[in-house]
Amino acid sequence: MTDLKKLEAETLAAVTAAKDEPALEAVRVGALGKKGSISELLKTLGTMSPEERKTRGADINALKDKVNDAINGKRGELKHAAMGAQLAADKVDVTLPVRLPAAERGRIHPVSQVIDEITAIFADMGFSVAEGPDIETDFYNFTALNFPAGHPAREMHDTFFFNPKPDGERLLLRTHTSPVQIRTMQTQRPPIKVIIPGRTYRCDSDQTHTPMFHQVEGLVIDKVSHLGHLKWILAEFCKAFFEVDDVKMRFRPSFFPFTEPSMEVDIQCDRSGGEVRFGEGTDWLEILGCGMVHPNVLKNVGLDPDEYQGFAWGMGIDRIAMLKYGMPDLRAFFEADVRWLRHYGFRPLDLPTLAGGLSS
Amino acid sequence: MKFTLSWLKMYLDTDASLEAIVEKLTLIGLEVESVEDRAKALAPFTVAYVVSAEQHPNADRLRVCMVDTGQGAPVQVVCGAPNARTGMKSVFAAPGTYIPGKDITLGVGTIRGVESRGMLVSEAELKLSDDHAVIIELPDDAPVGKPFAELRGLNDAVIDVAVTPNRADALGVHGIARDLAATMIGTFKDKPIKRIEAKFPCPVKVTLDFGSTPLLCPAFALRLIRGVKNGPSPEWAQKKLRAIGLRPINALVDVTNLLTFDRSRPLHVFDAAKVTGNLTVRRAKPGESLLALDGKIYGLDPDICVIADERGVESLAGIMGGEESGVSESTTDVLVESALWDPLNIAQTGRRLGINSDARYRFERGVDPMMTVPGLELATSLILQMCGGEASEIFLAGEIPDTDRLIDFPLSEVQRLTGLKATPAEIRRVLESLGFLIAGSGDVVKVSPPSWRADIEGKADLVEEIVRILGLERVAQTEFPRDENARKPVLTPIQKRTRAAKRALAASGLVEAVTWSFISKPVAELFGGGSTALALANPIAAELSDMRPSLIPGLALAAQKNADRGYPDTAMFEVGQVFTGDRPEDQLTAATTVRRGAARAAGTGRHWQSATGPADAFDAKSDALAVLAAAGAPVEKLQIVPGGPAFLHPGRSATIQLGPKLIFGWFGELHPATLEALDVEGPLAVSEVFLERVPEPKARATRTKPKLDLSPFQPVTRDFAFIVDRGVLADAIVRAAESVDKALISSVEVFDLYEGKGIEAGKKSIAIAVTLQPREKTLTDEEIDAVAKKIVAEVTKRTGATLRG
Repeated sequence: MTDLKKLEAETLAAVTAAKDEPALEAVRVGALGKKGSISELLKTLGTMSPEERKTRGADINALKDKVNDAINGKRGELKHAAMGAQLAADKVDVTLPVRLPAAERGRIHPVSQVIDEITAIFADMGFSVAEGPDIETDFYNFTALNFPAGHPAREMHDTFFFNPKPDGERLLLRTHTSPVQIRTMQTQRPPIKVIIPGRTYRCDSDQTHTPMFHQVEGLVIDKVSHLGHLKWILAEFCKAFFEVDDVKMRFRPSFFPFTEPSMEVDIQCDRSGGEVRFGEGTDWLEILGCGMVHPNVLKNVGLDPDEYQGFAWGMGIDRIAMLKYGMPDLRAFFEADVRWLRHYGFRPLDLPTLAGGLSS
Repeated sequence: MKFTLSWLKMYLDTDASLEAIVEKLTLIGLEVESVEDRAKALAPFTVAYVVSAEQHPNADRLRVCMVDTGQGAPVQVVCGAPNARTGMKSVFAAPGTYIPGKDITLGVGTIRGVESRGMLVSEAELKLSDDHAVIIELPDDAPVGKPFAELRGLNDAVIDVAVTPNRADALGVHGIARDLAATMIGTFKDKPIKRIEAKFPCPVKVTLDFGSTPLLCPAFALRLIRGVKNGPSPEWAQKKLRAIGLRPINALVDVTNLLTFDRSRPLHVFDAAKVTGNLTVRRAKPGESLLALDGKIYGLDPDICVIADERGVESLAGIMGGEESGVSESTTDVLVESALWDPLNIAQTGRRLGINSDARYRFERGVDPMMTVPGLELATSLILQMCGGEASEIFLAGEIPDTDRLIDFPLSEVQRLTGLKATPAEIRRVLESLGFLIAGSGDVVKVSPPSWRADIEGKADLVEEIVRILGLERVAQTEFPRDENARKPVLTPIQKRTRAAKRALAASGLVEAVTWSFISKPVAELFGGGSTALALANPIAAELSDMRPSLIPGLALAAQKNADRGYPDTAMFEVGQVFTGDRPEDQLTAATTVRRGAARAAGTGRHWQSATGPADAFDAKSDALAVLAAAGAPVEKLQIVPGGPAFLHPGRSATIQLGPKLIFGWFGELHPATLEALDVEGPLAVSEVFLERVPEPKARATRTKPKLDLSPFQPVTRDFAFIVDRGVLADAIVRAAESVDKALISSVEVFDLYEGKGIEAGKKSIAIAVTLQPREKTLTDEEIDAVAKKIVAEVTKRTGATLRG
């Protein structure tokens, strides 16, 4: 009995003393290997009487299990310690910078973003989006829109012209998005509900004018829509676009050859504090022109003005972008200064939606 | 159009305040641009008497004045003006007064040890003139304490309204008063115009001579007034003209200016002594010219209408008179002209000659034909009143056109077009107060517009008059019904692609720019444009002269500008129109990227994790493919063919296509010669893709995606390295490998490229990873080996490769 106790004490002491896995393995081989101390003892079992074997065998096996557990335990400890030592050496400087994700570097131009915002609002009201060419004919840009030849209203447009063709026709850069009204009415039967965003051109350049700018136009043609509807649509638009609960609007009679009656619309705002706040204040700010489509325009596209009616409006995209987002200078829109674009631009995943808010 | 409040009140009897009138003007479509109320600004400045002016004890140039302001004891004022003296009357400002010319608020001061409790002011300090040397001197009888503005006649607000081109009638104060009166803010005072008694026949006859050409002058009325004494017009007339920014000349000229602004009836006066014989109104003859009243000589031609005497041209019809026959202080006999001109011809002539006169402005918008003769009578009575003399009969050449017309007007039209429920009585009242005549009493009436409203054509115009005067605020907002149709996407395919391209490129780290649609001709030519058809006839600048054939130059120039500002690493894109011709179908939408410096696809600038060179063709390729994927192009089928347009680096560029006829665009580095021509520093990596070229997706009946087909067997990947000639395309190796077993080989990826040590010169090593995806059973080693052998054989056969040992 004492020999087993002794062997157990010695072996377990050796296990505890093992400094690393090879040392532990040596202890294991010494005790449990083919010629290990415990293995040798097991071999002696065959020479014993059955009774002796019963008690002695159980004792030896218990010893074997005990030693085995101790070795496994020790092995776990040693492994853990070794990994700890290795990881302690495997350190990185976590303060080193990573590259900015591409989606954080990129920007959407305010004009694109605002067109998307406008589209979201009007799509919700059932409008679709129409477009037309930048290079237009005199017919689409003026004549079909009821600008009489030589009328001073034409002069107010500061038109860019191309050189006359051999047949005398002189193309031009559209001065407004309204020619697309004509193109739309020529190809689509009422009811028509479209918005028309696009680039427009006038040969004019100063602090508040650039030779190229963006407009969005709206057109409704059916048999019932009147000025009251137009007022409602514009009010709904202004509230949604400027993201305010209420917008006070003022409709002033005005003149456009292609609408009758014609109006300009001002919105009330407060400009006292360097930024524009809508829905408060006492200033009036002109934001758009509108009116009922002129009977001559309807006739020009083959619609009977006694049967069909409707309205149109137009506004400057760059201008309403400036009003909403506070850019001070229109010219900067087209200067492609990355500092400006990064500051006033929008992240690519800032998608304007009515559900999530136009701007976030 | 400027006028004063008192001028308006000559024709409008009203108790309304200036503010109420101004607001009403804007609300009826005569938008007030400014109101200058000088009486308000100058209210604190009063007449004062200088009781004494003594030399300042400590300063040679200053005087110490005791000033009687009309309130309490005289106050002490230190004054530096040389004309400050005892016994004079001048203008005083008390401490606390804002001095407009100096932009300061006056305080009590001590000047060189002497207290000063106020100021005697100069005209410059009141912003009345530039005269700042002396203080204002007033007549001895000026009452002390009276507001100076009142004394000077400045207590009359000047209102400036923007008149839209359709409202020629509102270019006269009389017409504006009529409009206001219709809103019931006051009563219109419209006195009948008296006929002047003629003393003798008009000795000068007028002929309208247009031969067989279109008539440019329907009517021309002329009268001689003889025995006039011309000179400065009376103070009331001068005051009126000065208030609206006109310089009084002499009584005869001032009368024509008064009528222009009072009735929108321009007139012209000739010195009869300087007119030879009778007058002819005709087209100018080639080679004729005129020294006009503005001192300039204008060359004329038959498109210009003139008034000539027997010697030659005396006046530019309806635009400006001639210097030679103009009136002067010595004029004793004056011919007064009141004519009607063809508006279009006036507009064209004025534009061609570059003359902007008050007469042109009105004639091209259309004056009231019925005022031709009455306007002449009004002018005559003013001339007789100011200058004396006696008037001849009126000689009328041509005839006053008949402007009468009738519009059938259903009263329901107001509600149909505006939603406004106006009563028949209201409708009648508005139209009648604006001078329209109404016949009939039923639901449909006949309306005759007045002669001064040539802009009224039909029903819609009448509706505008009614809502304008009744007030647009009465039109109630009416909810616009969304129709019953199902909600469908509202964007066209190209609109969707444009949007997707923008978001995809921004999400790839590029910044969106919007650049001019026009560029300079040399640059346009460099990129395949610059044709005559796309050159502007009137560009605003040489560098903005031709429609752009590509977005690359605009972005390249912008990248250089940013670099000049200290931002060398920029990645920018634009999605916008380019022009290949002048027809609508020649306008394409390009999605274009330009990367400069270290603005690479993986990240911008130097970074500790990777060595970065400048952005190259592969960054540009990744941008182009990102756009094409977003636009729905079949990316996996695209062909990348070496080489592109001449503006790209021939060895570092490619064309993206689907067969030689369907070219989507290109990418690469700009050719060094292009960089030089643009005067920008390179390298610049660019890509340009045309969104219209992407085929439209096939319409699908269902949104269900194709069934997901997953194999239960493990895929196996084998790597191969080939040595090939440097000119062999990686794509050729990939395609050769793919072709071996299209069903089994699911992907072939190039994962390594090596040239240099260990590889023969002129050769390169390309390594590919081939993935086999069995579908029916797990592959055995033998089967894998067999495929591998076939791959090696096929690549070798097609590209001349050898397997790298």
